Amino acid sequence: MNLLALETSTRHISVALWRDGELTERAEVLANGGSERLLPWVRQLLTAADLQITDLDGIAFGAGPGGFTGLRLACGVAQGLAFGLDLPVVGVSSLAALALASYQRGTEHLFACLDARMNEVYCAAYLMRDGTLESVMSELVSPPQQIGLPPGQDWIGCGDGFASYPELLATRLAAVRPDCWPTAAAVAQLAAPRFARGEGIDASLAHPLYVRDKVALTTAERLARGGAK
Amino acid sequence: MRVLGIESSCDETGVALYDTSLGLLSHAIHSQVDMHQAYGGVVPELASRDHIRRLVPLLRHVLVTANANLESLDAIAYTAGPGLAGALLVGASFAAALAFARGIPALPVHHLEGHLLSPLLARDPPQFPFVALLVSGGHTQLMRVAAVGDYTLLGESLDDAAGEAFDKTAKLLGLGYPGGPALAQLATSGRLGCSQLPRPMLHSGDLDFSFSGLKTAVLTLVRNTELSESMRADLAAEFQEAVSDVLVGKSLAALRQCGLHRLVVAGGVGANRRLRERLDQEATKLGVRVFYPDLEFCTDNGAMIAYCGARRLMAGAMASDQGIFAVRPRWPLQELLAP
Repeated sequence: MNLLALETSTRHISVALWRDGELTERAEVLANGGSERLLPWVRQLLTAADLQITDLDGIAFGAGPGGFTGLRLACGVAQGLAFGLDLPVVGVSSLAALALASYQRGTEHLFACLDARMNEVYCAAYLMRDGTLESVMSELVSPPQQIGLPPGQDWIGCGDGFASYPELLATRLAAVRPDCWPTAAAVAQLAAPRFARGEGIDASLAHPLYVRDKVALTTAERLARGGAK
Repeated sequence: MRVLGIESSCDETGVALYDTSLGLLSHAIHSQVDMHQAYGGVVPELASRDHIRRLVPLLRHVLVTANANLESLDAIAYTAGPGLAGALLVGASFAAALAFARGIPALPVHHLEGHLLSPLLARDPPQFPFVALLVSGGHTQLMRVAAVGDYTLLGESLDDAAGEAFDKTAKLLGLGYPGGPALAQLATSGRLGCSQLPRPMLHSGDLDFSFSGLKTAVLTLVRNTELSESMRADLAAEFQEAVSDVLVGKSLAALRQCGLHRLVVAGGVGANRRLRERLDQEATKLGVRVFYPDLEFCTDNGAMIAYCGARRLMAGAMASDQGIFAVRPRWPLQELLAP
């Protein structure tokens, strides 16, 4: 099975090619987008693997949470490739990808946390068991002071949420890895078993996972808060 | 040549399929007006979120309606700007990836060039050269159009666009969003001459516009007077007349200045009935022909993007087949190069 994975939920953008477990990846840190990189990287990865684009069996993308524009970049490219090639799509939680990218043997409890701006963080908790990442706490957005750890010992904090809020859960975490981010390689690894189980979806159903769903106030809500019409 | 067009610059998702020998094969638009209504205006983030949900279903619909498949596509044209950055990026990333997957070129198209050329989609299209009046919620410009890609700006609004003035005035009159069409509706029951509004810059001697003062004049009236329903209608009629007077006067002046007898009206405000009436009246007197896009192509749509892309590609425009794409939220039409 040949899979392509895209991850652009943070400024660490990457594309990975997964061939029956063998991974190659292109990645870069970009302050602004990645629209000039993603598809040329796809070509480079395919060429290096001596594959045609039509040899692909599925498109995976980091669905979020993360920067809204970045989420739609990966999703839009995934939709376009999948529709154009008539392939199934799998959207993977970018926090799960962050947790997997941060995983090292002996650190099975992973608390993934990304800066969500506006004084909030995105976070989720995972347990690595028998080589499989299980969700313990679903993705949520919250002020950093209000988040709590699920039960259990030896939680490792990972992601730039801990760079922005160094004091976050400090007394309860066994270790912190702020310099970790979601990668396309991790997205591919998480997506592969789902493709194998036939869980790929149609391109029209591939959507970003925003988590932060309230992004504007209606006129009625503004008025209720004493604002101007 | 068969070109797919994708438009997502603001609050309409448009997809269309244009064939240079067969014409427009199919097009579909999803308007987000209902969604933004509750917010009193376009919320850019919500616009982007909607675009990405609509593109694939619209494309599928267009292909089925045209009885066409992806194999028949020769290129994909997408709106690269100007417009809302996030919204543009949705269409651009989808279009570029789809083209990349199919091994065909993706061509970035200027949204306003799409509007300028949209009257050419009509059954009886104008010949070059012509004067174009581009009036929408974002733009008010007069342009001399000599050929595809050969545009000379003659004049433009120094502040609000005409459509923006319509929307803001409608808000002052307590009409909902989007206000332009609601104001035009209210104006049909109003009487002309009951209130007096200025005709800004009508005799300024150049081809520029200014509409923010008109809106302020309405604001002053609304603040100082308790308006009855019929007075509101009268004011709406007077406002519409004032905007029309200026647009008509300047358009005719532009035709005189260029020595041309063909006027093309494009953009959402071009759908305004009173404006069309006034233009037609004056044009008949002067032996000028006015061309309008079909009503469905006055607002944002994919057909004009597909058409514009096809014209450019036919004229030899280079399109990227490397999968590199970019959007330009601010992109003056004057910076556009001929194909």
